[in-house]
Amino acid sequence: MNAISLLILFPLVAALIIFVTRNDKVRNMIVRISAIITAALTLTVVFLYFNNGISFTYSAEKTIDYIIAAVEVVVATFIITTGIRNKKYLVSLFSIIQTPLVLWFEFTQKKGIEVQNAIILDKLSSIMVLVIGIVGSLICIYAVGYMKTYHHHHEEYPERKSFFLSILFLFLSAMFGLVLSNNLTWIYFCWELTTLCSFLLIGYTKTNEAKNNAFRALVINLGGGLAFAAAIVYIGMKFNTLELSELIKMKPEAAVLVPVFLLALAALTKSAQLPFSSWLLGAMVAPTPSSALLHSATMVKAGVYMIIRLAPLLGDSSVGKIVTLVGGITFLGCSLMAITQSDAKKILAYSTIANLGLIVICASVGTQESLWAAILLIIFHAVSKSLLFMSVGSIEHQIGSRNVEDMDILLNVSRKLALFMMIGIAGMFLAPFGMLISKWVAMKAFIDSNNILIVIILAYGSAATLFYWGKWMGKLVCYANVKNKEKNSFHKDEEIPIFLHAVLVVVSCFCFPLISKYALVPYLTNLFGTTSLIPIGTSDVKLMLYMLSMLIILPLSFIPIYKNDKRRRVPIYMAGENTGDNQSFNGSIGATRKVELRNWYMDGFFGVKKLSLWSNIISICILVVGVILLIGGLVG
Amino acid sequence: MIILITIGIIILAPLAGGLMTGIDRVISARLQGRQGPPVLQPFYDVLKLIGKESTEVNSMHRFFVYISLIFVVFTTVILVSGGDVLLAVFALTLGSIFFVLGGYASNSPYSTIGSERELLQIMAYEPMVLLSCIGLYYAQKSFFISDIIAASKPAIIYLPGVFIGLVFILAFKLRKSPFDLSMSHHGHQEIVKGITTEYSGRDLAVIEVTHWYEVIITLALVYIFFATKDPISHVFAVLVCILVYFLEILIDNTFARLKWQQAFISAWVVTGVLGTINLVVLSYFR
Repeated sequence: MNAISLLILFPLVAALIIFVTRNDKVRNMIVRISAIITAALTLTVVFLYFNNGISFTYSAEKTIDYIIAAVEVVVATFIITTGIRNKKYLVSLFSIIQTPLVLWFEFTQKKGIEVQNAIILDKLSSIMVLVIGIVGSLICIYAVGYMKTYHHHHEEYPERKSFFLSILFLFLSAMFGLVLSNNLTWIYFCWELTTLCSFLLIGYTKTNEAKNNAFRALVINLGGGLAFAAAIVYIGMKFNTLELSELIKMKPEAAVLVPVFLLALAALTKSAQLPFSSWLLGAMVAPTPSSALLHSATMVKAGVYMIIRLAPLLGDSSVGKIVTLVGGITFLGCSLMAITQSDAKKILAYSTIANLGLIVICASVGTQESLWAAILLIIFHAVSKSLLFMSVGSIEHQIGSRNVEDMDILLNVSRKLALFMMIGIAGMFLAPFGMLISKWVAMKAFIDSNNILIVIILAYGSAATLFYWGKWMGKLVCYANVKNKEKNSFHKDEEIPIFLHAVLVVVSCFCFPLISKYALVPYLTNLFGTTSLIPIGTSDVKLMLYMLSMLIILPLSFIPIYKNDKRRRVPIYMAGENTGDNQSFNGSIGATRKVELRNWYMDGFFGVKKLSLWSNIISICILVVGVILLIGGLVG
Repeated sequence: MIILITIGIIILAPLAGGLMTGIDRVISARLQGRQGPPVLQPFYDVLKLIGKESTEVNSMHRFFVYISLIFVVFTTVILVSGGDVLLAVFALTLGSIFFVLGGYASNSPYSTIGSERELLQIMAYEPMVLLSCIGLYYAQKSFFISDIIAASKPAIIYLPGVFIGLVFILAFKLRKSPFDLSMSHHGHQEIVKGITTEYSGRDLAVIEVTHWYEVIITLALVYIFFATKDPISHVFAVLVCILVYFLEILIDNTFARLKWQQAFISAWVVTGVLGTINLVVLSYFR
């Protein structure tokens, strides 16, 4: 028990200490050490409780409730005043409605509701804790190196590093609390904390753009929070319980589906599904470590975690179908829109939303196989996406741009970064790597549950995914002929986390049969009450592992061949007009022109404006239909 | 035993594939009123290429071609030995991606355009290939080819629409007109030889051999739609394969190359219409 409390509280303490430390060197050391301790605590907790799980409640639960209520009031006051001061009245309004609502419930209606297990750690929360703890703490270390260079490049922004770094830790603490709590009011509290953290991180640079995007994130997530609060009040007053685990055990009747729909709505806003996805796209104005954190280990994963928890109530129910469709539209729409982007961070953002859509689909289909895929997707996506974000952040500092088109010189600037980047991209869509394994199982699960439409969406979406990652990878392997090789050193604080992440991507792929055997299968067996099996046959698993080994060994086997290479080098074919340096050609009227090679963006087909308008309209319609169905179910 | 079978597949598949390409060239020539080369010409070509000097524009780009070959061979082995059809398709995609990367790696204008078009082609045909695998699983309850061809009824009964869609997009995979945008067998096109522009000698030979394997892969996909536990059906399946191959040659010789927009849209529309209708109807009867 103490280890779990420590895990939640330690990052909080670290955040406080980091916030008050003004000396750069000392603070950096504290961040590194705290990150390592957080990771160690994560491993300890998982090691201690993984096998048997644990559930308990604190004896001082009342006191904790009061502290939470007090903090909620402080946070609400902060949000309301900031909203009014910046003329974002909707923000204030959401906060004015939900905080008194929750407090009213807390102090007048909650009497008599006993919470048996305030904290539950099972296999799913263990996995979440691992993802948050390991990926999150590596990102914190990365932030140390990144922020140093960041302010070096952007002297126009006020330096608030201690603030930034401490928020990162606060974020981790809130996430730990979120996945470990079973008491819905506690989950709600952590939920709101993550909203606040993301607001603060996105607004870090204090530019107008940053402020606007931060408020957009705040307003959307507070809207979700409002739905969450309403769900809590409904559940508490109607079913006399406040435990998530109790809610899940109920039957999916119309009355139960109302709060489930509200919770799912909150989850959809948090995991940035259409039509709520704009906040995550805006979140990229923040320094890269915060994007890495938002996109991989925290925030958006809180949303899909919630849907996975609710999975037993979704499935074939009307709410389940609605959520599945919203996920499907999001997956397809964002996969297609990603094609038109050339800003690396934007591509990553669209890909995150699309993959979250896939996880939402898997979770809401709610069969054993699909949940298996959903949980694996969370793991693989967190690791790969965080690797990609960190690499892009470092690349931006190295080549001065995060446009994919400019990355063709990367191989000359930093081979290491190019390699890490390629591992990350391969992890996102290529065969023996994690995301594809999950996609494969997802496909099988959807067809097994007769979701034809979703299968077709998945087929198209995967093809689009392949295209935008493929062309990005193409730019990375471009052996552009650049004469002036500028070698920038890149920070150890950046390199070590990136390297470890690349290792994690590969290792997690090798380990997926183990993850399945020791975590997923027991969890699903327990959840469904019937024996669950790994959805991929043993022979296939073996073949996948062969492929993965081949991918690792093959590049190495080429090194000796290149060593004693005697081949003749010839200039690139440019219809006989190559001037000889491969960089320019003889144009008309004797002019020498530079060769520029650009990728395809297919704006005419997948223009964001058109596509996002339509996919937003469709997803709003789906949600409206959901509301109507729900009301109809209640009345009839 | 498994090793022997694997070696057998690795050796025999390209021989068969090369032979098919040779026949293709003869038939194409006759359709165009030419005498055409001998049937074994593809083999002579490859042997000659191996003997030639291999030049290169940088040290990276040939690496991808070899990796591509290895994964295409891997795919062939999985398919022909009765493995998981979806896994085979994923491995094939991996091989194709490496081939595309090879084009990018040379950083040459023609190769890069070829690579981009190839990526587009992959995006165009991938949904149909995936839906074919899914359809086979939906109809025969297994992803394993050994199970699919041991069923009592052939998959084509359940999946006529999917099959037609598959035949439609096979033209991409076989690099046939109207869908040979990224590199065609004929050098007289607007982007020279596309992805393969910067390859020569042994590397070009490897690309050629890779294509032989791919011919076998595409025909294997056709085959599993017709084979059942009845031995005669296998003869029939082979006949259909030959027929489909001939059809693709005929289309190749009668159609001009499409613009990429048309190629892309037509592939996605055909996939959407035929694949969706077929699967929905199938789900209705289940």
